[in-house]
Amino acid sequence: MKIRVDPRVEQQLVKAVLWLFTGLTVFILFFIIIYILRKGLPVISLGFITRNPAEMGKAGGIFSTIVGTVALTLLAVLIASPLGVGSAIYLTEYTRETWVTRVIRFGSECLAGIPSIIFGLFGFILFVAKLGLGWSLLSGGLTLAFMILPTIIRTSEEAIRSVPQTYREVSFSLGGTKWQTVTRVVLPSALPGIATGVILGIGRSIGETAAVIFTAGSSLHLPTSLFSSSRTMSVHFYILAREGISMANAYGTAAILMIVILAINLAAYGLMNRFVRKYR
Amino acid sequence: MTRLERNERLTRVALLLVAFSAVSILLVITVFIFGEGTPVMFRYGLKKFLFSLDWFPLEKSFGLLPMIIGSLFVTSGALVIGVPLGLACAIVLTEFSSKHLRRVLKPVIELLAGIPSVVYGFIGVVILVPFIRDHFGGPGLSVLAASIILGIMILPTIISISIDSLEAVPRTYREGSIALGATRWQTTRMVMFPAAKPGIIASIILGMGRAIGETMAVIMIAGNAAMIPRSLLDPVRTLTSNIALEMGYAAGEHREALFATGVILFVIIMVLNTVANVTSRRRSR
Repeated sequence: MKIRVDPRVEQQLVKAVLWLFTGLTVFILFFIIIYILRKGLPVISLGFITRNPAEMGKAGGIFSTIVGTVALTLLAVLIASPLGVGSAIYLTEYTRETWVTRVIRFGSECLAGIPSIIFGLFGFILFVAKLGLGWSLLSGGLTLAFMILPTIIRTSEEAIRSVPQTYREVSFSLGGTKWQTVTRVVLPSALPGIATGVILGIGRSIGETAAVIFTAGSSLHLPTSLFSSSRTMSVHFYILAREGISMANAYGTAAILMIVILAINLAAYGLMNRFVRKYR
Repeated sequence: MTRLERNERLTRVALLLVAFSAVSILLVITVFIFGEGTPVMFRYGLKKFLFSLDWFPLEKSFGLLPMIIGSLFVTSGALVIGVPLGLACAIVLTEFSSKHLRRVLKPVIELLAGIPSVVYGFIGVVILVPFIRDHFGGPGLSVLAASIILGIMILPTIISISIDSLEAVPRTYREGSIALGATRWQTTRMVMFPAAKPGIIASIILGMGRAIGETMAVIMIAGNAAMIPRSLLDPVRTLTSNIALEMGYAAGEHREALFATGVILFVIIMVLNTVANVTSRRRSR
């Protein structure tokens, strides 16, 4: 026999469970952030940021890893952005939906799903070994660029698509060519949305470890050229924690990572919000 | 043809080439991973790679079965944790919360995706692993620890794609059901959920892909013993950790065997991606 529960009672019960789960998820997130910050913030000082690591990271600061992170991320974004935005422009402005666009989209989606360790393997065999670039900023930057390309394509495409059609029509009616319309009307209007994608790509690059450790290496020296090996903050944090070199410095590095990631997400969110509101 | 027309045509061709960058990169990655990984597989026999239990790379015995099963275990564990939590969040955000609350909660939950995987691994090491060791026994570094952390890591994937597909259900469906006197939950369960099902399934498959592909967090908390775990509290080694653990010093056939591990991982991920792609496309038709 089936017991009948009043639908309203059932709804109250289900709602309680669902909210409990949601609350748990939010709690986990805040727990992680607060835990890392509480343990890490006391370690952070001006010296921690401006001094190079000493004794494998046991002493000193993390300056060279900050430089490595910035250089690698910059490189990745500089390579991936033109490719990503170009792809998005082609997909939205220069073609109709055909099998070509389907292939391009499917390729980009698959690329987005490939695990970072595979990117690491690939970057290692192609850039580090076959092309002889060695463990270097260049190898790491190229690998990361490939990894963040799908994110930039997808967000740019969405941003360009949401620019109202009338903008383009006005430009055409004034005698503008396709390219003029794209560069002077569409892209400026879509810029905040595109920037959101780039910022998300920056976030992924900064947090990445598996793809970087096998391509950029883990040298603690300050990088001097595109061909020097360099350690990022994430890799440094991983090595410190895994090899138990210095828990204090690991917490400090993690706290800086978290602050940067929080700031980046906030910026991306703010930009996206402004952009969405503009065209609604 | 005027100069202007010629320029326009050139731009179009240039953009087409750029647009193929993602596809070309995918192809190049496939070629290099397979080129490096498959010869050793065929030299020793595919069967040995897939079904042998012995991973002693220095003695040229490359059985990947423990790692394949290990990946399967932690991924199933991650789904057990991640699917209920993720779907609950998606339902609450689309059906049971005010607009204001949703505007705050959604970006907060999306933050989970921004936290680097090493940080998840670290939290696992300093909090979860000791907790499991003290309260359940075993070494702490275990299937259970990896499942819980991976379950949390796949939440953003499940939540955001489920929300998208729930929001894509036409408003009239919900309104019709409410007008018939159904409660919000009945509407969700009997109308919204079935309508959004392909997207929700795709979200779960993509979450699965993330769990299988995750590396650094798993290395830190799974214990990495290359044996089939007998309980939730035993250590486990996944395909991804197998690669990352030994890549640093492997050479010769050992390194090729790690690429072969990559090939298997790659094939699994591509199958999952394709299935997710096909299921979610069915929705849009």
